[in-house]
Amino acid sequence: MWFPRLASDRVLRARLVDGPFAITLKSNNTERIYCLNETAEGLGLTRGMSFADARAFCPDLISQPARPDLDARFLAMLRRWATRYCPWVGRDGEDGLVLDVTGSTHLWGGEAEMLADIQDRAMRAGLTLRLGCAGTRGAAWAFAHFGTREEALTDLPVTALRLDETMVTALQRLGLRSIGDLADVARAPLTRRFGPDLLLRLDQAMGHIPEPVTPESEPPSFATRMSLPEPVGLTEDVMGLTARLLSPLCDTLNRHEMGARRLTLTLRRVDQGSQQVELRLAAPMRDPQRILPLFERGVSEVDAGFGIDQIRLEATQVEPLPVQQIGNAQTSPDQLNDLITRIGTRIGLENIQRFLPADSHIPERSFAIAPAAFSTPDSAWSCLRPRPLRLFSPEPIAGHSAEPPARFRWRRMSLTTGRATGPERIAPEWWLPNDAWRSGVRDYWRIETREGRRLWLYHTPQNPGWFVQGEFA
Amino acid sequence: MRVDIHTIFPLRRARVHEVYGPSSMSFAAMAAAGACLWIRESWHSDTITPQGLLPIFDPARLLLARPKDQTDALAVAEEVLKDGALPFVVIEITRPLNLREGRRLQLAAKAGGSTGLCIIPEGMGSNAAETRWHAAPIFDTQSEDSTLMRWEIKKNKSGTCGAWNVRWDQKTRRVHVVSPVGERPGSARTSG
Repeated sequence: MWFPRLASDRVLRARLVDGPFAITLKSNNTERIYCLNETAEGLGLTRGMSFADARAFCPDLISQPARPDLDARFLAMLRRWATRYCPWVGRDGEDGLVLDVTGSTHLWGGEAEMLADIQDRAMRAGLTLRLGCAGTRGAAWAFAHFGTREEALTDLPVTALRLDETMVTALQRLGLRSIGDLADVARAPLTRRFGPDLLLRLDQAMGHIPEPVTPESEPPSFATRMSLPEPVGLTEDVMGLTARLLSPLCDTLNRHEMGARRLTLTLRRVDQGSQQVELRLAAPMRDPQRILPLFERGVSEVDAGFGIDQIRLEATQVEPLPVQQIGNAQTSPDQLNDLITRIGTRIGLENIQRFLPADSHIPERSFAIAPAAFSTPDSAWSCLRPRPLRLFSPEPIAGHSAEPPARFRWRRMSLTTGRATGPERIAPEWWLPNDAWRSGVRDYWRIETREGRRLWLYHTPQNPGWFVQGEFA
Repeated sequence: MRVDIHTIFPLRRARVHEVYGPSSMSFAAMAAAGACLWIRESWHSDTITPQGLLPIFDPARLLLARPKDQTDALAVAEEVLKDGALPFVVIEITRPLNLREGRRLQLAAKAGGSTGLCIIPEGMGSNAAETRWHAAPIFDTQSEDSTLMRWEIKKNKSGTCGAWNVRWDQKTRRVHVVSPVGERPGSARTSG
């Protein structure tokens, strides 16, 4: 199966465009046409043409930038759809699928009927599809890309053998235009001249060398559900059901060496309403005994109404969690992670934070605060000069000269400077916009007052003023 | 009779203590000096800086919890104290604890074996606290040491009260008592 216009078909399925339409991709600093629809092709536009040229040819061209990631996802979806014809479906390049239909054509009443069905469904879905059906994968590719049903494989051009362009040109110079020509030539000189690749492709197309179709495995689904004959409403019953759902889910996770990071428990009530209990874990986990108590808080808040008759548990976010040897190793990280999860269900997992070092001289940017569950501790701290323990937003005080004031009032306290250490000049980071640092460079002073308080003051020489920014408590 | 500070500090384990005064944050950091959870309501605009913490202990061992109000803060504190996975919990209190809340924290600490320390505004102490401290910085006329503080124990359920002038020694990472109360400048004034 070859989708010659996969990218543009994907976009056009969502928005209807009557006229010429093209998808552009920026490469080497030029917008080039990546994919276009039939009308545009009829107007003489081709792929790889620069977008500016195309606009000159055809002023009413509608365009959209390419999204190769979405195209790949779309193809994956199509691959899943194609498993309705046979179980053995693999991807072929960026815009093709390959199906091993051996033994499943009779289910559709024969090969021709099956192809017609595929073609029909693709057309209804708005997709341009070219099909090739042959005994080998190489031949099917050749028919899909170059041939019509009536031709023989030997009549197709050598390009149909999935060769690179230089090789095709060289073959055509030798007068070997079709596959049939190539098959008649003595093999040894061909290998000597072109390497083993050419004959490999030829043999694959002819069926002398097998070429298997590699089906893609379905991504495992980490979800379980249960329908109940009679609705339940008690918290203990729901917890019991959760326990019964949790153990097969954890078995699946165990088989794939995965751990759940986020779990959603959906409870459907008899009146069709549904409620969700979401559980976010501080670390990937797959131990039902440890996960179950964490659901208690969420389940106790659920309003059961007239009863719950369907329950579904899904691990919406999973992370690899390799099997570990159980030994005398410390269990402390596990215990801490459990604790973080438990607190996280109450105040939100992102509200449990830790400090991470950041590379900056600006005091308030010299560290970052990150959620503890999504970061690892880092001890690469460097601090050349003493920094205050407490940092607040600058509070202005009276002061005029460049030297720290001998007496000042701060937070309704009258303070006398006993010892001043400084200045330490810190310049703003001009490459980052920061309103607080608009006033220019700052000269920081460490002030020990006779009253005891040790403060961190700064003076802004470019914009005279004194401020208190921190306290060495 | 003078009490030796080392009978009281480090703070008694599996109990909840209280501290107030301008240096209470330093006191809390020095009392924890290791793995610790610092519970601080999210509306506080000032921050603890890891660089300021660096002379006292490695900031990587500190976890911060930012609950939205004190009810959540106390719930988190109780949970963590009861669990015992973290040996030390600092709770910043913004309204006075009632008898029930104070007692629940104390029971949780006893169950889990963790130590709790509430940073309280002055005069908001709870009856259940094991000890209550006042910590204030004092000006050091002799040396350029910026960690000289006066610690005074105002309430002690299992011992007597006392006052000390202390400083943090960065190399050994422990508290050093400087000299007897009353013989240092500044201390006489603050204690009087």
